Amino acid sequence: MEPFTTHTGVAVPLKRSAVDTDQIIPAVFLKRVTKTGFDDALFAHLRQQPDFVLNDPAFAGGSVLFAGPDFGTGSSREHAVWALRDYGFRAVFSPRFGDIFRGNSGKQGLLTGVITEEQVETCWAAIEAEPGIAATVDLTNTTLTISGISIPFEIDAYTRWRLLEGLDDIGLTLRDEARITAFEAGREAWRPTTLPVGDR
Amino acid sequence: MTTAADTADAKPRPKTLAEKVWDAHLVKRGEDGAPDLLYIDLHLVHEVTSPQAFDGLRAEGRPVRRPDLTIATEDHNTPTIDIDKPIADLTSRTQIETLRRNAKEFGVRLHSLGDVEQGIVHIVGPQLGLTQPGITVVCGDSHTSTHGAFGAMAFGIGTSEVEHVLATQTLPLQPFKTMAITVEGTLKPGVTAKDVILAVIAKIGTNGGQGYVLEYRGSAIRALSMEGRMTICNMSIEAGARAGMVAPDETTFAYLKGRPHAPKGEDWDAAVAYWRTLPTDDDAVFDAEVFLDADELEPFVTWGTNPGQGTTLAGTVPDPDEMTDPQQRESARRALEYMDLKPGTPLKEIKVDAVFMGSCTNSRVEDLRRFAEIVKGRRKAEGVRVMVVPGSARVRLEAEAEGLDKIFTDFGAEWRFAGCSMCLGMNPDQLAPGERCASTSNRNFEGRQGKGGRTHLVSPVVAAATAIRGTLSSPSDIDAEVLA
Repeated sequence: MEPFTTHTGVAVPLKRSAVDTDQIIPAVFLKRVTKTGFDDALFAHLRQQPDFVLNDPAFAGGSVLFAGPDFGTGSSREHAVWALRDYGFRAVFSPRFGDIFRGNSGKQGLLTGVITEEQVETCWAAIEAEPGIAATVDLTNTTLTISGISIPFEIDAYTRWRLLEGLDDIGLTLRDEARITAFEAGREAWRPTTLPVGDR
Repeated sequence: MTTAADTADAKPRPKTLAEKVWDAHLVKRGEDGAPDLLYIDLHLVHEVTSPQAFDGLRAEGRPVRRPDLTIATEDHNTPTIDIDKPIADLTSRTQIETLRRNAKEFGVRLHSLGDVEQGIVHIVGPQLGLTQPGITVVCGDSHTSTHGAFGAMAFGIGTSEVEHVLATQTLPLQPFKTMAITVEGTLKPGVTAKDVILAVIAKIGTNGGQGYVLEYRGSAIRALSMEGRMTICNMSIEAGARAGMVAPDETTFAYLKGRPHAPKGEDWDAAVAYWRTLPTDDDAVFDAEVFLDADELEPFVTWGTNPGQGTTLAGTVPDPDEMTDPQQRESARRALEYMDLKPGTPLKEIKVDAVFMGSCTNSRVEDLRRFAEIVKGRRKAEGVRVMVVPGSARVRLEAEAEGLDKIFTDFGAEWRFAGCSMCLGMNPDQLAPGERCASTSNRNFEGRQGKGGRTHLVSPVVAAATAIRGTLSSPSDIDAEVLA
C-alpha cells in the first residue's frame, strides 16, 4: 500500500445521506475476479441520471468526496472501495461511515475522515460557490483545507498510522505468528473443524 | 473488551456474552490504540468476495493457514433454474470457476452447485452444525451476523480481511461496545421474528447499532426457535451493528445435537458445559440498552429504501413533511419518490408485482413451512409472480420430503433451487424497472433487487398473505376473508 501523507484534488459534493454500498457499486458489478477496473461501476445507477454530480464536467477528475451522514452502510463489498479508488478518489469525508466500509477503506489506502454535518455543509457551500475547486487533505496534521477554510477531521490513530506508513496488515500480523501458534495449541479439541467432512 | 485495570482485580469483572467470547479469542491485546488480535474459529467463503483474496495469497506465496477451519459454498451468483446446465452469464460462470480453482489449489472444502450441502453460506454453516456457541465466525458478507443466534461472535468482513484470515486465521479488531436489546412478552399470532427485527431497526435507526455488538434478550427472544433467532441476528447489520447475538440455551443445544459437525460423546458434554458459562453475567453492564414490548408488536413492512423506513402494516405511508429531523425528511422524500408512493396511502392498498420468499434472512425450512401453511390449497393473485427459493439444497430436499414443493407449485409459485437469488439479483432473478416486490429478504435499497425495482421487506407470513391478495396483507386479512 502506498503511504498517504497529503493530497490535493478536485472536491466533489455528494449531497445525499445514507449512501449504502449498493448505491456505490450495484451487485451486478461484483462479478469480476480482479481488484481493478471498477471505475465505470462507481455509482453506476445514479450516474444514469443526467444531473448526478459525477456527470458535471466541473467535477471531472474529482478525488475528494464530501458526502452526507452514513456513507458506505450495508453490504461488506470491498468493491465499493475499489470503485472509488479506481475512479480516482483518495479521500471521503462524511459525518458517519458504515463500519465495514471504513475498515475496508483503511486497508486500501482510501482515507475516510469524519467531520460534522455543519462542516460537510460548509464544504458543499464552498464547492457550490466555486465548482471545481480543490481540497487539500493533510493526514499528518489531520486537517482538511478548502477555499481557505481549515477543518480538522477525525480518523482513528491506528488507521492514520498505517496509512501514513503504507503498512500491510497481514505482514504486521505475521510478526506475531508465534503467539498465533501458541493460541492454537491451547484450543479445545471439540471446537468445530470443516475437515474431515462430517457424517450425515 | 476488558481493560488492564479489570484484569488486575482479584475477582473477575462480570461480563456480557460478547465480552466472554471476545476475551476467549484474544491472541494479543492491542496497545496504544492498536487493535486486538482475535483468533477466528470458522471462516465461511463464497465466490463474490474471495477471488481477489486468493490472488493476494498467490502473489505473496502464502498458503491458507487453516483449511480445516474454512468452508466455501457457491451462492450469490448461482442460477436457481437449470442448475445442471452451464451458467449462461459468462462473468458469473468465471467467478464460480475461479472459486472452484482456488478451493482446489488451496485445499479448501467447497460445496458446489448441485452438491447436497450447497446453499447460502449462512444457511449452510448452521445446518452442518459448524456454527456453535462461543466461537468466532467471519465471512466476506455483512449478513454473517446470522450466526450470532448461537451465541457466536460473527461478523462480515471485506476482501482484504478475507485474505488476512485465510493467511493468519486471525483478525485485528478494535473492541466493540455492547448493547442489550430486550424484548419481553409474547408475540401475537402472525407476528414473527422478522417483525421484531424490523421494529428494532425502525426504533434505533439504520445507524443506531454502529460500533456495538447487539445482544437480543428477554422472554420473547427465549421463546423463539433457532430459525427465528437467526432471522433477527441476520439483520443486525441493517441497524448498523456488525454483530448480533443470542445467549445459547436448551433450544440452541437441541438444534445442534446430532448435526454432522456438532461435538459427539464426551466432547458434547464438555462443549455443553462450556456453552452454559457463556450467557451474560447477571451483574454485567451494557454500554446501551433498548426495550421492546413484544405484546404490542404488529406485522411490519418497509415503505422506503432503507430497512429503518418501516412501520406497521395496518398503517399508512408516512408524510416526510411531518418529520422533524431534516436528514430523515430528505431521505424519506427521496425514498417515496423512488418507491412511487404518496403520503397517507394505506399500506394494505399497495399492489405488488412480485413476491420473493427466500434469502439468508428467511429461507430455512421453518420459514418455508410458515409460508406453506398460509398458501396451502389456494391460488396466488392474478398477475403476481411468486418465487420460492430455499436457502440450501438440503432445505430444498427437506421441503420436498414434507410435500411443501407441491403446495407452492399448486399455489402458482415457482419452486427454485438454492441460492441468494433475488435478494440481490446477481443471478438472473431480478425485478424489472418499476416492479414492486414484497420480499422476505433484508435490504430494500434502491436497485437492490434489480435496477429500478421497488422492495417492501416483510415476514414469510406477510409475503404469503400478500401473494394471495396481490396487495400488502397480513395473515389475519386472509382469515377475515374466510370468515366473510
